[in-house]
Amino acid sequence: MKDNLLWRIAVTFASLSFVAVGGVTAALPGIHLQVVDVQHWMNDRTFANLYALAQAAPGPNVIVVGLIGWHISGLAGLAVAMAAMVLPSSILALIVGRIMHRHANTSWIVVAKTGLIPVTIGLILAGGLVMARAADRGILTVVITLAAVVFVLRSERNPAWALAAGTIVSLSAWWLGLPR
Amino acid sequence: MQRDTDSASTFSAAAGAVTLRQLFAGFLKIGLLGFGGVAPIARHVIVEDRAWLSEEEYASVMGVGQVLPGANTINAAVMIGDRFQGIAGAIVCLASLMTMPLVIVTALGALYQHFAALPQVQAAISGSAAAAAGLVLGTALKMARRLHPTATAIVFGLLAFVAVGILRLSLIGSVAVLGPLSIGTAWLRHRRKK
Repeated sequence: MKDNLLWRIAVTFASLSFVAVGGVTAALPGIHLQVVDVQHWMNDRTFANLYALAQAAPGPNVIVVGLIGWHISGLAGLAVAMAAMVLPSSILALIVGRIMHRHANTSWIVVAKTGLIPVTIGLILAGGLVMARAADRGILTVVITLAAVVFVLRSERNPAWALAAGTIVSLSAWWLGLPR
Repeated sequence: MQRDTDSASTFSAAAGAVTLRQLFAGFLKIGLLGFGGVAPIARHVIVEDRAWLSEEEYASVMGVGQVLPGANTINAAVMIGDRFQGIAGAIVCLASLMTMPLVIVTALGALYQHFAALPQVQAAISGSAAAAAGLVLGTALKMARRLHPTATAIVFGLLAFVAVGILRLSLIGSVAVLGPLSIGTAWLRHRRKK
């Protein structure tokens, strides 16, 4: 019985691996459909909570898949779900990386890579805006966001300092009873 | 590290220039500090802190990683690890990137029931989420500034930003349209130079 469950976890997430273009966010609707509606592994609320946890923790948000696996079937579930989600796309990335490197001096590959860069940057910027919209609820959070932008632009120091500062500022504001 | 100015996107550092141990430590750090988003920390460690890749090399790795399925930073970890230490490097980078996040997230999962509702916790998370958003915005702007974009590049960057960030169009669709267009203009520019 348990083997069947682990197998189903593996198949479910392996098939979602190629949908997650740009990150797990693209695959989230698909993951939700499978995990909540089709397999009935958890309800909506648990799913949302697990995702919030994955965002709170460091690392790529795709670790939500590990959390889901853990919730379904403990450590084995976590390992299987994570491997199934990450390995197929990683193997593809490895292969493509090698092809691009082998032909790195081919002019069209050079042009393709340089041509993609502006779109890449635009997409990262867009992601930041989406995050800011979700996170910025009031003056304080907007200020924290802007301060973090300035910090990155003006210093070569580890960005984690800005995270720590934002956390402390927000915590202090709460403690002092200031509005957000 | 000598730069090959002709092929703008080759890794100028040679295979083996970064050891497995260094890859392990670097990506462990990235995983540990990547709150709210791994990209800013990843760029800081890889480009600024350890100078494994140049700004442009990193941007092109991220570009390929974005177009392929899978999280960008995970794809980047695999490609960068492979470049310096082959399959062993790819595995080491992937494993060290994911280990601390997985450990922390399961620990958080256990504590969540008890602490999530606490206003202190919510205040802390709210502050860190706001800062994380700023880090991503700042990193994109910093990369843009350091890459000295042409006017055309800026236009495509803005188009991608507006399409996905403001109009909320589909990511895959936007890349499918803007990617080839941007590459096309880069190709035209390249032809004109010859």
